[in-house]
Amino acid sequence: MRKQLPLLASFVCGLLFAAGLGIAGMTRPDKVIGFLDVAGAWDPTLAFVMGGALAVALPAFAWIRRQSHPLLAREFALPQKHGLEIRLVLGAALFGAGWGLAGYCPGPAIVSLATLQNGVVVFVAAMLAGLVLGTRLHR
Amino acid sequence: MSGEFVAALAGGALIGIAAAALLYVNGRIAGISNICAGLFPPVHGGRGWRVAFIAGLLAGGLALSLLYPAAFPAASSASPLKLAVAGLLVGLGARLANGCTSGHGICGLARLSKRSLAATAVFMSSGMATVFFTHGGNP
Repeated sequence: MRKQLPLLASFVCGLLFAAGLGIAGMTRPDKVIGFLDVAGAWDPTLAFVMGGALAVALPAFAWIRRQSHPLLAREFALPQKHGLEIRLVLGAALFGAGWGLAGYCPGPAIVSLATLQNGVVVFVAAMLAGLVLGTRLHR
Repeated sequence: MSGEFVAALAGGALIGIAAAALLYVNGRIAGISNICAGLFPPVHGGRGWRVAFIAGLLAGGLALSLLYPAAFPAASSASPLKLAVAGLLVGLGARLANGCTSGHGICGLARLSKRSLAATAVFMSSGMATVFFTHGGNP
């Protein structure tokens, strides 16, 4: 049971995350593209998604990081990188282009697999290939 | 119309709760692209919790499609080629940038990370530029 508890927690977090994305409208590419369409008929709704998420996460993260260790793990696994590099900027630019092209980012795309729509399956398969390719380029 | 903003805020808050819970309980960052990338070799930081979280995302998608089908569009009108290119860009870009909308845009900003702030500014701008230049086609 002790071994299963972190896995169960992780599963529940994924479930909540998916529910949040769906309720917020992030799983609708038309809403995402409408938000990015600042020069056209701009739809500001998704700014409220980020606002709602950060309103919770900012204070929560600040409090959590004052704890000595997580509830069910030995230590916090936080990114160790600091400073800006060209790779971060280039990667974010490519990511944004793909995001604007289809209106999907990784979380919503995986959640949308439940619909079994061909387009979503194609997107996720290509996304995983892109992740693996990126890992190779990291070497 | 205002109902959409409430849903966006509530969904966003739920996303924030899920991200905070994963950090508090398992000490992990809820960055979807990194969770997925870690499934493929070289694996570090364990696979189990990643699989569990993604299973949660998929289960959440299934629950949404049953309880709140409006979360998903009827079907994507985008061509499979466009979706494949977009997916590849999203995966590759997220890997190079070490994070995506969730890892940088929510968790990173909540940690007040400068790298995440830069990445978020770049992918938002790049997404907006992409929509601006491709808006001949509907999503």
